[in-house]
Amino acid sequence: MPWLSTLMGVSVLGALGVTLVRNDKLAKQFTLVVSLIVLALTVAMAVQFSPNGDKFQFAETYDWIPAFGVHYGVAVDGIALVLILLSVILVPIVVLASWHDAEAGKRSVRTYFSLLLVLEAMMIGVFAATDVFLFYVFFEAMLIPMYFMIGSYGGAQRSYAAVKFLLYSLFGGLLMLVAVIALYSIAGKGTFMFTDLVGTIQDVTTQKWLFLGFFIAFAIKAPLWPFHTWLPDAAAQAPAGAAVLLVGVLDKVGTYGMLRFCLELFPDAAKFFTPLVITLSVIGIVYGAIVAIGQTDMKRLIAYTSVSHFGFIAMGVFAMTTSAGAGATLYMVNHGFSTGALFLIAGFLIYRRGSQFIADYGGVQKVAPILAGTFLVAGLSSLSLPGLSTFVSEFMVLTGTYQRYVVPAVIATVGVILAAIYILWMYQRTMNGPTAESVKSLPDLNAREKWVVAPLVALLLVFGFYPKPLLDVINPAVKDTLSSVSVTDPQPAVPVAQEGQ
Amino acid sequence: MEPAEIIQHSGGAIGAAWLMIALPLVGAAVLLLGGRRTDKFGHLLGVLMAVASFVVAALSFVQLLGLAPGERRRGIELYDFIPGLAKVGLLVDPLSISFCLLITFVGSLIHIYSIGYMAHDPNRRRFFAYLNLFVAAMLLLVLADNYVALFVGWEGVGLASYLLIGFWQHKPTAATAAKKAFIVNRVGDFGLLIGIFTIFATFHTLAFDGVLANADKASSGTLTAIGLLLLVGACGKSAQLPLQSWLLDAMEGPTPVSALIHAATMVTAGVYLIVRSGPIFLGTETAQLVVTIVGVATLLAGAIIGTAKDDIKKALAGSTMSQIGYMVLAAGIGPAGYAFAIAHLITHGFFKADMFLGAGSVMHAMNDEVDMRKYGALRKVMPVTFVTFLIGYLAIIGFPLLSGYFTKDGIIETAMEHNAVLGWLAVLGAGITGFYMSRLVFMTFFGTKRWEPTAHPHESPAVMTVPLIILSIGAIGLGAFLILGNRFMTFLAPAVGAPEEMPSFHPFSLTGLVTLALVAVGAALAWMKYGRAEVPVVAPRGSFLTTFARRDLYGDALNEALFMRPGQWLTRLAVFFDNRGVDGLVNGLAAGIGGTSGRLRRVQTGFVRSYALSIFLGAALLAGAWLVVGNL
Amino acid sequence: MTTHYLVLSALLFAIGGVGVLVRRNAIVVFMCVELMLNACNLAFVTFARQNGNLDGQLIAFFVMIVAAAEVVIGLAIIVTIFRTRRSASVDDVSLLKY
Repeated sequence: MPWLSTLMGVSVLGALGVTLVRNDKLAKQFTLVVSLIVLALTVAMAVQFSPNGDKFQFAETYDWIPAFGVHYGVAVDGIALVLILLSVILVPIVVLASWHDAEAGKRSVRTYFSLLLVLEAMMIGVFAATDVFLFYVFFEAMLIPMYFMIGSYGGAQRSYAAVKFLLYSLFGGLLMLVAVIALYSIAGKGTFMFTDLVGTIQDVTTQKWLFLGFFIAFAIKAPLWPFHTWLPDAAAQAPAGAAVLLVGVLDKVGTYGMLRFCLELFPDAAKFFTPLVITLSVIGIVYGAIVAIGQTDMKRLIAYTSVSHFGFIAMGVFAMTTSAGAGATLYMVNHGFSTGALFLIAGFLIYRRGSQFIADYGGVQKVAPILAGTFLVAGLSSLSLPGLSTFVSEFMVLTGTYQRYVVPAVIATVGVILAAIYILWMYQRTMNGPTAESVKSLPDLNAREKWVVAPLVALLLVFGFYPKPLLDVINPAVKDTLSSVSVTDPQPAVPVAQEGQ
Repeated sequence: MEPAEIIQHSGGAIGAAWLMIALPLVGAAVLLLGGRRTDKFGHLLGVLMAVASFVVAALSFVQLLGLAPGERRRGIELYDFIPGLAKVGLLVDPLSISFCLLITFVGSLIHIYSIGYMAHDPNRRRFFAYLNLFVAAMLLLVLADNYVALFVGWEGVGLASYLLIGFWQHKPTAATAAKKAFIVNRVGDFGLLIGIFTIFATFHTLAFDGVLANADKASSGTLTAIGLLLLVGACGKSAQLPLQSWLLDAMEGPTPVSALIHAATMVTAGVYLIVRSGPIFLGTETAQLVVTIVGVATLLAGAIIGTAKDDIKKALAGSTMSQIGYMVLAAGIGPAGYAFAIAHLITHGFFKADMFLGAGSVMHAMNDEVDMRKYGALRKVMPVTFVTFLIGYLAIIGFPLLSGYFTKDGIIETAMEHNAVLGWLAVLGAGITGFYMSRLVFMTFFGTKRWEPTAHPHESPAVMTVPLIILSIGAIGLGAFLILGNRFMTFLAPAVGAPEEMPSFHPFSLTGLVTLALVAVGAALAWMKYGRAEVPVVAPRGSFLTTFARRDLYGDALNEALFMRPGQWLTRLAVFFDNRGVDGLVNGLAAGIGGTSGRLRRVQTGFVRSYALSIFLGAALLAGAWLVVGNL
Repeated sequence: MTTHYLVLSALLFAIGGVGVLVRRNAIVVFMCVELMLNACNLAFVTFARQNGNLDGQLIAFFVMIVAAAEVVIGLAIIVTIFRTRRSASVDDVSLLKY
């Protein structure tokens, strides 16, 4: 069964279907059902995935533009699989969370939900693409629905934010297009298929240039310091649901791309640029956290925490040890859930009070204890509290990085302290203290909102104590990637022989 | 004597040791998820879970005693936590079971006490949920068989501590204190985490089994680094210098919390970490020396802070810092000190919890007044509280034959043998302890009534006094039971090792007599100043030294000057730089391109003839260029 | 021998070009454009004669047809503009700018 095409097909057909429904409420329910069907199908696919089987599974390949060797090629390995799972889990949650988000403006509610489903198809496609050209097409096409979601349904400065987001991403994308075409012609294989292109570029200088073309695109997407400034604007102006997909999934394409394309296609260049990338990541970790502490706007604050988190992910990718690589991949998934929860609950709060500014709140805990409690859990996951899944990934990234790069790992660990400051200070200012006059009548979470938060909190907790199901899928894929880059983990000073360790 | 091998175990109470953690965890989950529906029975469920956990601990202890001493380290596999990094299992050995018994027993008593103490709080259920969460996390901390699971418990107790300090979160001071506790602890965690990374990079395992048995194979430089990093973690959790500042503020939490978390159990986790990682410290004299210095410095600093505090809980908090300083000092000495460190930890758990709960009882009676200058003469109205508090007091100052006498003197004697300077400083600390604890007792229970007009003190209900009585029994006899005949040292030996030659107890050693004399002098001074003389209701300004102690030795001022203000400045600078610098560059680039095209479009004048001219000129240019190139 | 024709063609072309650049009246500009086109035609026909084949003559026909079509559209535009503005000056028609 062509699983991946089915997933995308269902989403696209759903998107078309939504536009045909006359009634807004029905359209929302229809979208929810479609996204749940996609989720169910993905789960059905995921259970058939064999972690220790072929690298790419569920592969489908058809000629698309035969003259240039462009294929419609999709397949997943462990890394892509967990990211697709992340996407399809987040979409129904976002649909449920954005139930009333699109109603504020004058734009069509149905279009918003249709765009959500289009975006879902593209998110699946971008992670599943095994043809570099197809990947590029999805990479750029994803911008379109997101552009409209920010530009048409966002906050007061939405058009500024949307244009900035689009132009910035396009700039990176075009650099990548040049690199993609150059890769095709220099490799001279007459194909864009990823597996055929691995190992074809031997010349290190060529590798370096092509690496930069890909890397800058991914660094903007991720975003790494200093390419991050579009993110706070876009995330703060986007409706909460779109912000979740933007930061939770779309940005992961950047770090995913680094792991998949930058490392495997250009191993020598990747090793050459590792010091640079690790430096940028470490700067991003500390810098993002410090700037987050100084924010006055809740959504911007959360966006800056993500800049810090993406630093961790990129550092893990380029540390090139098994546990750092697996940790970085797991981090992408966990960060999606954690930031998702944070954005959505902040969104609920902002929807009630109509202000994004922290100073407009205070003592919410007294009037809305469940909202405050779930916000605290989401916040604690952002500061990587053990017992929540983010800890596992951060711990793996840092442990793995420390094996090879001691000083960067130590500086990055400072981020652990800073994270506590930005989260707890925000929590204190919004939730603790005497109840502010303006929030006295805020209602607590309603049933719909509880259904939004519950799965996220449950996922954070379950994977916090039992990350094995995800890691069992991720570990072989990461090991495979690292072996194609031909690096091995550093050896311990005192090897302790232990079975299974 | 070397520690024994770890033997895999299944079955019996030890095999079910995970229940100790699971039961209170379930309690917390039910109470937090159940919401208001569980308000009615929430406190009972909380107590039940804590007691059930104690029963499992007691049964495991009995089963452990039934084994030969060399077979008393039992490992229990649970599951593969992070494949490739850490499997989670439990380690039930004499060290961990001692902690389990302390945590669950004192924990259960404090749960029971809290039924009365929190009776009028609308959020009592939530309080019990957090207490259960704490017990579960603390048990995970001490039962874990590897550093990752230990860290999970370590942060879990930190979370519980955060939630409970800030339990009355509508009070800004409580919210700030909770945040401060968490952040300062995170600074400690920073050290602990890097210590764990170093352990993994060195040994490629994080299990105690693999790390500690092979510690002697690592270079001493590595061991020193690991030891110092673990010490940073221990300093954060155990409020040792220089990370002590959070503990005094943590007294914003309800008093049972101060008794359980910030006196009896959580703050001793640092001592546990050092003792558990003993083989690492044994390989590095530098780290050991630093540990003992930190211990001595903190025991003096805590005692000095205790002398000047008028807030009864803060005075007790200073005392806690000081007593943990003693434990850290003993833990830094090595196997000779481990048994005394843990024994003092246990007796301290009893007498300090006793005194904190006694202080809670007093506050309960005095409308939550904490200023001792507004107490006085309470011994008549609160006889049970007074007697139990008095026992705790006598135990902590080391009154002969009570618990503290045996355990603290054990530490002082061991320190004296190890290093005379440290030993005499520890003796000095004991003298100051005699002064500040006597001051506390005299100000509270003796002298004249200095009550607020609205205060009508009364004895607390039985649900609060019975735990006090039980704890004071422990404060009387536990020390003698553990120390005489080296009972505890022999028991712990399979887990942490023991010195070749067992120490013998001299009731009238020179050090012991000097210590007693100094304590007596301290108590006498306190009597002259606070017992016999009238205590002013408004605190006098005091000398420079008094201010120094009152301001917590300027610890907060130092933190503020060194970290907080520069941090705030740095934050503002970074935000400015991000908006104007990084984003300014991006926006500047965009504006530059926009501006250039704005200027360029002026070429389109709309006059057809100017377009025609440019066409002709262009054509002429092309033709000219062709002529030139063509003729080359 | 063909030189004279080509010189004449170049002269006509130059006169036309100068006319396009300096005259304001749209009709005159138009005539000048026609003059330039015809100068080209003359050159084409000259070359055809010189080379002894019909290619140049063929292109001259093409140019004439294009010129005719252009005249139709161009004059229509000029007449429309004249109707609304009462002027046939090309400088008055400068709204389409920036």
